Amino acid sequence: MMKYFPLVWATLWRKKTRTIFTLLSVVVAFLLFGVLETVDYAFSHPSAGATGADKLVTTNKYSITLPLPFADRQQIRSVPGVEEVTWLTWFGGYYQESKNFVFALPIDTDTYFNLHKDEFIVSDSEMQAFRNTRTGGLVNVALMKKFGWKVGDKVPLHSTIWTQKDGSLDWAFDVVGTFDAKDPTQASQQASSLLFHYELFDEGRSFGKGNVGWYEERVADPSQAAVVANRIDALFTNSSDETKTQPAKDFAMAFIKQLGDIGFVLRAILGAVFFTLLFLTGNTMMQSVRERVPELAVLKTLGFGDAAVLGLVIAESMLLCVTAALFGLALSFAALPIVKMGLQGVDLSPKAVLPGIGVAVLLAFIVGLPPGLRAMRLTIVDALADRH
Amino acid sequence: MTETIVSLRRVAKSYLRGKQSIDVLQDLNLEITKGDFVALMGPSGSGKTTLLNLIGGLDTPTSGEITVAGQRLDQLGSGALARWRSTHVGFVFQFYNLMPMLTAQRNVELPLLLTHLSAAQRKAHAVAALTLVGVADRAKHKPSELSGGQAQRVAIARALVADPTLLVCDEPTGDLDRKSADDVLHLLQMLNREHGKSIVMVTHDPKAAEFASHQLHMDKGSLLAAGSLAA
Repeated sequence: MMKYFPLVWATLWRKKTRTIFTLLSVVVAFLLFGVLETVDYAFSHPSAGATGADKLVTTNKYSITLPLPFADRQQIRSVPGVEEVTWLTWFGGYYQESKNFVFALPIDTDTYFNLHKDEFIVSDSEMQAFRNTRTGGLVNVALMKKFGWKVGDKVPLHSTIWTQKDGSLDWAFDVVGTFDAKDPTQASQQASSLLFHYELFDEGRSFGKGNVGWYEERVADPSQAAVVANRIDALFTNSSDETKTQPAKDFAMAFIKQLGDIGFVLRAILGAVFFTLLFLTGNTMMQSVRERVPELAVLKTLGFGDAAVLGLVIAESMLLCVTAALFGLALSFAALPIVKMGLQGVDLSPKAVLPGIGVAVLLAFIVGLPPGLRAMRLTIVDALADRH
Repeated sequence: MTETIVSLRRVAKSYLRGKQSIDVLQDLNLEITKGDFVALMGPSGSGKTTLLNLIGGLDTPTSGEITVAGQRLDQLGSGALARWRSTHVGFVFQFYNLMPMLTAQRNVELPLLLTHLSAAQRKAHAVAALTLVGVADRAKHKPSELSGGQAQRVAIARALVADPTLLVCDEPTGDLDRKSADDVLHLLQMLNREHGKSIVMVTHDPKAAEFASHQLHMDKGSLLAAGSLAA
């Protein structure tokens, strides 16, 4: 088979510009395929269990949008294996315009920083200022830079959910300090964060008092995380607020999934891309074969049979699609660290290589078959006489 | 005793153009001796190329028997006919019909892809064929870098490389100037006389026909002279 390679390769490059543009289209499509398939895989295959996780998240069993009683914290803290527990609620804030999203999070200072110790860089003086200021906010350095805030500023945030007692959705915080992520890979996740006091939030809000959005726990022994998770959920079985405890990264995925059916959205995008690609490469192949009908007729004249001619056209299509797909998938592999920065908590690994090659082979076959059949059915005499 | 390489008995060929049937050849009988160089002449539409296509196994007759190199071509299917062409007949076209993206050497190697020869053997055969036709120095050039005469020589090398019994040439000098045409015709004559290749050549050019050992004239689908050229 390899003896036909120079012929197939030379034929592919007969029109260099067209081939390069077609290759680029396929490369970009498979780059997208590689990234989206990997993300889809990560969302559809959460971690096998809690075992090994050092942090757990407890939410309402039926929806992460449903609250849990504040009183649960004492029971969770008493579960053997739970080293620390903290509580949080989704604030849903933005600065001035809705496009300026701020990941504002009401926290219990002691438990939150104890649970997330070694994750933040914040000076002692600024931490002290935060503790001493009821309306204080600790702001990520990237967010400070983005909006040009300075320590000492009073920053208004608009909540999309929480009204204050006076009916206003606007909340004001005094910027008392900044923080940064210790782990650079966490930097993008925290880039929009503003931390403020839970007491201020709970006292200020006009409804939902005494409830929290979710609990976070640190377990003493990660190898026992699954057992601890089961113990927590067992506490609230048959209560009016049953819980679901899972590893923190699964919670992160569940949170993103709130946006919609991620898998469907990703597959819809890929479907549209490949539908377009099918026509693009299909048209290229048809045009390529149309242009060289006399050459194909000469091959037949020399003794190449119908099946050999069909095979040559499909081989050309395979070479085009599979080579470009491998490039695209390799690029998507290289792009995973960038994607990971934007999807913290989601475990990404290059799962798209084999399905990608499968899709490339299928694509090559679909786009190569019609022109291949046309080439196969060419009548030598008619083709040489330009009557094809 | 002379051996017949081409034998046609009561051959007819008609084509369907739309709903109309056009008779191109009628009741044609012909015998060509092995080692002969035959020029097939006649006005446009007389059926020369159709006859050449039938002899070369590119087309099949509507009726009648065609035997070339001992094989009944009218009884072969398209696959068997393709295999037969690859070993028994070499084709030379008016416009060379070389692959534009391949070098002269790769063009000549094309028929050998259908054999079990190794890459080195294919290359050696191609270089030998190019040397025989006098364009070995153009082996690495693409068709666009060759003159018309050189391109036709490369096409002849491609026709020869699998060592076929019969060369079928359709207006091989039709696209060449006189000098190049004469060079190509001398080459064909040399292949016929020194290498024993049987040649059937369609031409409009009386000067080209003079290089052949026999001339046949066609008109309206029939041979004008006697159809047997056996000595």
